[in-house]
Amino acid sequence: MSGIAGHGAAVHIENCGKTFPDGTQALAPASLDIVSGETLVLLGPSGCGKTTMLRIIAGLEKPDAGGRVLFDKTDMTAVPIEQRHVGMVFQSYALFPNMTVAENIGYGLKIRGVDKAARAARVAEMVALTNIGGLENRRIDQLSGGQRQRVALARAVAVRPRVLLLDEPLTALDASLRDRLRSELNSLLRSLGITAIYVTHDQAEAMELGDRIVVMRKGAIAQIGTPREIYFAPQNRFVAEFVGAANIVEGPVSDGRLTLPGGWLALDDAVDNAAAVAMIRPETIGVVAEADAFLRGTVESVAFIGDRERLVVTGAANKPLTVDAPNTINVRAGERVGLSVTPQAVRVLPKED
Amino acid sequence: MRDRLIFAGQLGFTLLVAAFLVVPVVLSISAGVTVNYFRGIQSGVTLQWVVQVWNLYAGEIGLSFLIAFATLAVTLVVGVPAAYGLHVKGGRLSRVIEEIITLPLAIPGLAIALALLLTYGGFGGFRQSWLFILTGHVVFTMPFMVRSVMAVFASVDIKTLDEGAASLGASPWTRFCNVIVPNAMPGILAGSLMVVTLSLGEFNLTWMLHTPLTKTLPVGLADSYASMRLEVASAYTLIFFIMIVPLLVAMQMFAEKGEKK
Repeated sequence: MSGIAGHGAAVHIENCGKTFPDGTQALAPASLDIVSGETLVLLGPSGCGKTTMLRIIAGLEKPDAGGRVLFDKTDMTAVPIEQRHVGMVFQSYALFPNMTVAENIGYGLKIRGVDKAARAARVAEMVALTNIGGLENRRIDQLSGGQRQRVALARAVAVRPRVLLLDEPLTALDASLRDRLRSELNSLLRSLGITAIYVTHDQAEAMELGDRIVVMRKGAIAQIGTPREIYFAPQNRFVAEFVGAANIVEGPVSDGRLTLPGGWLALDDAVDNAAAVAMIRPETIGVVAEADAFLRGTVESVAFIGDRERLVVTGAANKPLTVDAPNTINVRAGERVGLSVTPQAVRVLPKED
Repeated sequence: MRDRLIFAGQLGFTLLVAAFLVVPVVLSISAGVTVNYFRGIQSGVTLQWVVQVWNLYAGEIGLSFLIAFATLAVTLVVGVPAAYGLHVKGGRLSRVIEEIITLPLAIPGLAIALALLLTYGGFGGFRQSWLFILTGHVVFTMPFMVRSVMAVFASVDIKTLDEGAASLGASPWTRFCNVIVPNAMPGILAGSLMVVTLSLGEFNLTWMLHTPLTKTLPVGLADSYASMRLEVASAYTLIFFIMIVPLLVAMQMFAEKGEKK
């Protein structure tokens, strides 16, 4: 029991589905592998099954028959949560109101029979790690939301869990605090080197914290990949639109060109079909002189956002295109512009729905 | 001027209502220490009736407290885990069970007593012991314990706290002792207060269930009203008062202290 760095278990989830007694399927049978030390983010809108997946890994829910959860190749499916040696941070924190901050953080160690001196040392270590010095003897109802969040994290990490599970830990906080704690949490997870599974509906959180992201939708996995893969190479329209802003364009294809009302786009991906649906991120579209471009349109509106200008361009594609241009650009609504898009920025999506 | 008139009117009305409620208590208590009630207080003040009641009914008084605290013990040991189970489990079955536990509130005590007599009247030993009355009191007071504990569970999100403790490695029993019970304390104290009060004052059920050897305070009170001098019955009330009021005040203070914590 020394040092802050933990060890992480590799987690293997096999065919884990969840059907509730009333017959609703919260999670279709899914399989996942989480590498030791990795931070995996389960991302999706509410009701997508991400929390159910987390609770199955935690041992708070039993998967449907046939599902298995393994930590380092040991089958944990039948092991109750108290014996799984996990750490969990709940959305509501679940701090014990009848205990002080220090007692909360030391509770897991006390349960494990760690003697008083060692416990105090570990609690002090956690207090320093999460920047809550001076609050040790406070009661939980005397803490702010951000402080509670830190205590919850300290309590979960104090026991050196094999897997750290975080269920929307920042959702209950206001926006500016959320951003600050997010980056603190990020450096903490990196320094701990612990296997962490993080549930969120916030794509910015997912991008910053995840080594890999699992995008979920309606109880199924929509895509698994690194933040870059998810962002630049979404495998379907749902992922493209859920993660970041996306322009979806549609049109006939010939000779590697996607024809649109305002011109055409060169495609990098080979397309067999005569028509295609493709995604373009707003910041990958360049605004150039009309004469220099193969795709043209009319600027409908210009919004100054601070770090960039957001243009809406009509006439180029079937639907208005959103373009994020540098904030130094000088265009006005009603102007005709040319749009330059590299073939790599155009991501062809499978036809669906 | 007008405000003062209104204030005076309100004060007068309040005092009148208070007097309406307090005077009978005072009269009853004073009757208990009067030599002859019909001749009034000028007949002299005496403690003879109190002594007589104590000599006659000390057993009833002792039994009442025994039953009250035994009822409290049973409702605590059964009611608190039951409330926990019902809350955590949830679902329709839990709702049905909760309704069944609450049913004795709606059924007249006499009917409960009758049902107990019909079912268990044949078991002589049980029928004749104070445990028979205890059974009735437990049935009658259980909903108060379960309900007030469940109300607290609903307000502190006990399920997540329980999951939090479980995630830290605590077994179900450890969780129950370290997290569930301490956080349900306000409800447990409020429930206890109600259970003891109700059990001490319970008459309907107890009157049906008692035997000459298993009488409680209220049954003894009815007995003395029916069969003895009014002074004796009044002295009885006085003793009842002296025993119960400090107990209730103490429990109330205890409960408030628990809530503040």
